[in-house]
Amino acid sequence: MTEHSGVAGQPPPVDERGRVEAAALETAEPATRRTGSAWARLGEVRNLGLVGVLLLLCLAGVFTKPGQFLSVNNLVLILTLASIIGVISVGMTFVIIGGGIDLSVGAIVAISTVWATTKATQSFGVWGIVFTALCVGVGCGLVNGLLIAYGRVVAFVATIAMLAGARGLAIQISQGRTQTVTTPNQALVDLGYRKSYVLGVPPLVIIFAVVVVLGWILLNRTTFGRRTFAIGGNPVAARLAGLNVQLHTLMLYVLSGLCCGIASIMLVILTSSGTSANGNLYELDAIAAVIIGGTLLSGGRGTLVGSVLGVLVFTTISDLFTLNNLSTAVQQIAKGLIIVIAVLVQRRAEARDAKT
Amino acid sequence: MTPLLQMHGIAKDFPGVRALDGVDLQVRAGEVHCLLGQNGAGKSTLIKVLAGAHQPDAGEIRWRGEPVSLTSPTAAVHQGIATIYQELDLVDGLSVAENIYLGHEQARLGFVRRSTMNAAARELLVRLGHPEIEPARELGSMSAAGKQIVSMARALSHDAQVIVMDEPSAVLASNEVANLFRVIRDLTAHGVAVIYISHRLAEIREIGDRVTVLKDGRTVAADLPARTTPTDQIVALMTGRAAAQVFPARPEPGSHDGRPEVLKVDGLTLPGAFHDVSLHVREGEILGLVGLVGAGRSEILETVYGAHRPSAGRVTVDGKPLAPGRVTAAVRAGIGLAPEERKSQALLMHDSVARNISVASLGRYARLGFIDRRAELLDARKHSEELDVRPADIRRDVRTLSGGNQQKAVLARWLLRGCRLLLLDEPTRGVDVGARAELYRVIRSLADSGVAIVLVSSEVPEVLGLADRVVVLREGRVVREADARAIDEHTILDLVMKGSAA
Repeated sequence: MTEHSGVAGQPPPVDERGRVEAAALETAEPATRRTGSAWARLGEVRNLGLVGVLLLLCLAGVFTKPGQFLSVNNLVLILTLASIIGVISVGMTFVIIGGGIDLSVGAIVAISTVWATTKATQSFGVWGIVFTALCVGVGCGLVNGLLIAYGRVVAFVATIAMLAGARGLAIQISQGRTQTVTTPNQALVDLGYRKSYVLGVPPLVIIFAVVVVLGWILLNRTTFGRRTFAIGGNPVAARLAGLNVQLHTLMLYVLSGLCCGIASIMLVILTSSGTSANGNLYELDAIAAVIIGGTLLSGGRGTLVGSVLGVLVFTTISDLFTLNNLSTAVQQIAKGLIIVIAVLVQRRAEARDAKT
Repeated sequence: MTPLLQMHGIAKDFPGVRALDGVDLQVRAGEVHCLLGQNGAGKSTLIKVLAGAHQPDAGEIRWRGEPVSLTSPTAAVHQGIATIYQELDLVDGLSVAENIYLGHEQARLGFVRRSTMNAAARELLVRLGHPEIEPARELGSMSAAGKQIVSMARALSHDAQVIVMDEPSAVLASNEVANLFRVIRDLTAHGVAVIYISHRLAEIREIGDRVTVLKDGRTVAADLPARTTPTDQIVALMTGRAAAQVFPARPEPGSHDGRPEVLKVDGLTLPGAFHDVSLHVREGEILGLVGLVGAGRSEILETVYGAHRPSAGRVTVDGKPLAPGRVTAAVRAGIGLAPEERKSQALLMHDSVARNISVASLGRYARLGFIDRRAELLDARKHSEELDVRPADIRRDVRTLSGGNQQKAVLARWLLRGCRLLLLDEPTRGVDVGARAELYRVIRSLADSGVAIVLVSSEVPEVLGLADRVVVLREGRVVREADARAIDEHTILDLVMKGSAA
């Protein structure tokens, strides 16, 4: 029993779920880990692979548009564009690790921005807007969660219903018009301007960073996170181990809704308006980012760092293509290819797992 | 006479493991040839070689004396070798006939000729003695036994000369096993050879002709007569050691009498499963539940545990009534369950042993929701050492452990939680013979430490050897309660079969 106890009173680090850490463990203790082909190990360090992809993209940027790509303005732009989808991807990562899916995030963003920018809401000032956006997001997540956890509606169906319903309601409320933020609430919009940057970092990026850090802690350091993995990995076993699977599932969708609410506020800051056209196809971008980040669609496994890297990869591609004046069509093709390659790598990892 | 199938010196390497290391097997037409071996002895790999799913690295396969190579599952089927896997490889959404002819549909120009196919399927089902199975019926609506018949019909549709059956009785109730045997005898009477794999020695004695024993990827004995070879000899061949006393010592009968009742069940009823069941377990006592599959054994455990809501009756734990139908309440009251399907119902297969142990007690390590991972790890290690889970590294993924050690991890989960009552549903299923004795020892020592235990097992000798007291169930009702030493297997079988058609 002594071979793994390390220094007295100093237990060895726990496997952190993060592929990066898993890789570190592997090098530290080769004896306790399985050996495998180079391919298999590549799967193990999938996040590192994603970092590599990101670096390659940056190199491509530096070579094709040396002056522009590395400019502070461009880097800030990439991060700003990544921040909104990024926040949504954090919630999505929880839902998918927990064995679910949330197709309604884009529609929730639409209804939240619309509801938060109606005349009535705006009369309550900046905090009224913020509060409304968060409440609408959480409320939609609550409806999703109740239907899925207690109504036993399949997540795909329940959230696709929310996708249709919430966007419809957004159109109804706004009557299809774009609702701009009024002058008394200019303070909110000002957050998007350069004068609000903190040490050169836009507030939106700071919000993104804070959400990611809080999300990471929640996922990797708390009982909530641990139970999310357990419930996604084996819901039956989790229930028989005494976990409250229904309540936890509900909370996952509420969390996703909350992230949508936060993203809505960010979108209002960025566009100084709310419209029912907001958030179109965000669900696909978020799910794609989570998946290329190495999270299994079947649940039980995944990393938040991977999802963030996934978002950054997609945003950087968009930026590169725009800088080089390439059509969005080519850009879509590139995204499609990246998703397929990422999933194929993931499949190899799964197949390897199945063998042991 | 040349044997139908000869395998000689078959070897198969997987990265890091030698799964087969010189297997010899000879199967004659019209015999039931039993393949025995512990888990990991190479039975599954050998079957897959025979089915054409794996290619051997060395060795020779002869079919009717001619060397053949089974390069793919299709090649094996064409040769006349059909395999019925443990998890039946059928499609629930298709009809019986479509399943039988899956992959070789009776079709013209790509259009399935439904009536021809149904008629041909009916013929096969009649041949198997099951004219009542409707070829057009959707497979998903059938019982496990019915599906097995469909699998066999599929084998016959390929004109199979050898049918490999991997633990066919595992999914069957005992009257269905009798029917399976009737079908097997009928097949062998027509010259078909059956390779029969089972852990249950009693079945092998009843249906088998000859036995081949595998150990560590090698054939250690062949051509043993199935009916007359002593059990001791077979177990010794499988485990490589003499069959010792497998059950741990029990306390004297009646020694629990003065101790408090941990579980008391009064008139518990779950419609369609069991009726008016009353029983009790005292501190430190092991109560065994026996009965046929479908007698309500597992359902009673699951209902006590709150996974089903009973229509009548009461469950009390340590004198306090338990809220019905709520697993969380049961866990809080100190009940733990080791369910029948370990992999799908108990384990988090992607997770480490430590996390599997701590999952039911996470709240204890949380301060404001944050997990004290050091304390968690130390406690998980303490309990895994207590039960001697191997390998000892609790950060390994739980799926890399053997069945017996996975079961220990589940027990450690409840040990850590500090439970008063453990419900064990088929605790030794999928655990090989050698590891069972170890598991029995662990279960008994848990009882000795004061935990009350309810044990459900399909293997009557296991219940009789391990439990203090036995409750016999038939069709959802208690028909007898007795001291485990005062009742024998024969009496129990009499009790559970009485009144049933078999």
